[in-house]
Amino acid sequence: MPCHTKASSPSRWTIAPQGDRCLMVQLGNGMDVAIGQRCALVATALRAAGISGITDIVPTFDAVAVHYDPRLFGAASSHKNLPIQIESVLAELGGADVDSRARLVEIPVCYGGEHGPDLADVAQQCGLTPEEVIALHSGTPAYVFMLGFAPGAPYIGIHDAALSIGRRETPRTLLPAGSVAIANRQTMIYPNASPGGWHILGATPAVLFDPAREPATLLAPGDSVRFVPISASEYEAMKRGQP
Amino acid sequence: MSLVVLKPGLLSTIQDLGRHGLQHLGVPVGGAMDSRAHRLANLLVGNDENEATLEITFGGPTLRFDAAACIAITGARLAPTLNGQTIANNRPLVVRQGDILAFGQREAGLRAYLAWHGGLSLAPVLGSRSTNLRAGLGGIEGRALRKGDVLHLNKPLPAQDLDELAGRLWDLRIYLPRALVAQPRPALRMIMGAHVSLFSEEALANLFSEPFRVSPDSDRMGYRLRGPRLALSEPVQLLSEAATFGSVQVPADGQPIILMADRQTTGGYAKIGHIASVDLPLVAQSVPGDSLRFSEIPLARAQQLDMLRETAFTQLYESLAPLRTLLGR
Repeated sequence: MPCHTKASSPSRWTIAPQGDRCLMVQLGNGMDVAIGQRCALVATALRAAGISGITDIVPTFDAVAVHYDPRLFGAASSHKNLPIQIESVLAELGGADVDSRARLVEIPVCYGGEHGPDLADVAQQCGLTPEEVIALHSGTPAYVFMLGFAPGAPYIGIHDAALSIGRRETPRTLLPAGSVAIANRQTMIYPNASPGGWHILGATPAVLFDPAREPATLLAPGDSVRFVPISASEYEAMKRGQP
Repeated sequence: MSLVVLKPGLLSTIQDLGRHGLQHLGVPVGGAMDSRAHRLANLLVGNDENEATLEITFGGPTLRFDAAACIAITGARLAPTLNGQTIANNRPLVVRQGDILAFGQREAGLRAYLAWHGGLSLAPVLGSRSTNLRAGLGGIEGRALRKGDVLHLNKPLPAQDLDELAGRLWDLRIYLPRALVAQPRPALRMIMGAHVSLFSEEALANLFSEPFRVSPDSDRMGYRLRGPRLALSEPVQLLSEAATFGSVQVPADGQPIILMADRQTTGGYAKIGHIASVDLPLVAQSVPGDSLRFSEIPLARAQQLDMLRETAFTQLYESLAPLRTLLGR
């Protein structure tokens, strides 16, 4: 599914301030895997550049936020210099658009039943059978655009157009940890029990966030994910197998 | 070597300057809501700025020291007392074994910071000792202070010659640069955001002419304001993007939210602007019911003020060399 628009996606960007301690590098407009991959690549390159003063580099769907702290500016950096330093990293990067080190991570999902209370409803609203929903959701690898909402919580997409469905009208006040939910052709996995407005297709026994683990998150922006259907008994066995 | 929590106070949490470098993994920065006061407290006891302090919200805790220590309290004026005697904010003070630190009626501000010379013995989680209550990370088991908690001091003071040390600390002339003292302002200064053109002219006019009231459901994640509805010219669907400390986002109901220390790393609401970093302590010290106003500030001016504050911190740090010598650092 990853689309490649190498030659036609020139290395264009705009850099705009977001307040007095953040620069937003805009790399496109809209949800598109090629733009998302470009964001992950730019984030990696900026991280490698080690520009002093920068505290966080956050890729999202079509932009990369560069947070900085003037307290940490080195001799060579200043408010004026920072955009120039970022530009030079972008210029050096040229038109490359896929990180060759990107990983494919398999995530087991127990679909439907008690773990996926919205599966039947999603199937009905999309005019599909539950089996077709599972096949569409797990059949093709999808892309991790960004992590947000909570530590380790990924925004994964873009799913088949047949799975187009908005958010639930009424968000649930509490979703169990590991809930795998869809909305707007994306999947969110809830690392911890939390409120949520997406439709729950299933649950994963995988641990998305563990502060004692290195790295703490299972996924990172730029990864690809393949959902692997598992049975309820496999789910239980995998849960028990965790420390 | 420790201090004991006799009463936890309304909401007392361990904070430092936050968890940086992990926002791309969805990990919020967190850290002190009023980082100016937090840094000041640390400098006044000879610590690094990032050492953990206790952020004390509104109703303060009661703490018993089981070892001598050098402490300082900054930020909100919450009527601190030591063994019943009023003590001052913004001064290094010697406390002795058995002393009881308590707080009284709130006089000004909302959040006070208590720093100890040498800091507390707490393991950092993901590079920070800051407590994130929502994620249950950092500080003391990711939670607020509780009655009976025992906090271990890294560097209690030797029991001998405390009177002499206290006297010499008292004789220190500590000059706080103007940029480091909380000064009330008629309006919080805001840098306009990239989404400003999405808002109606009426929304922008109201933003700068009308007061906004701090709602009671404000917390460490965000300050929710109530005022005239800030409407978009037309409904838009925005993709989630990164947010910052001080971003002013406006959900569909038109009531702005100032994103604060424990904000989520990303958000999908339109951002009308961003509070200048130098004015964020004023937000952190405002109380539900307070009335806030906004004025516009050019980015370059906001950055200049931010740098001036940094320069002031550097000056203060340098001027406190005698303090650090006294404390053996």
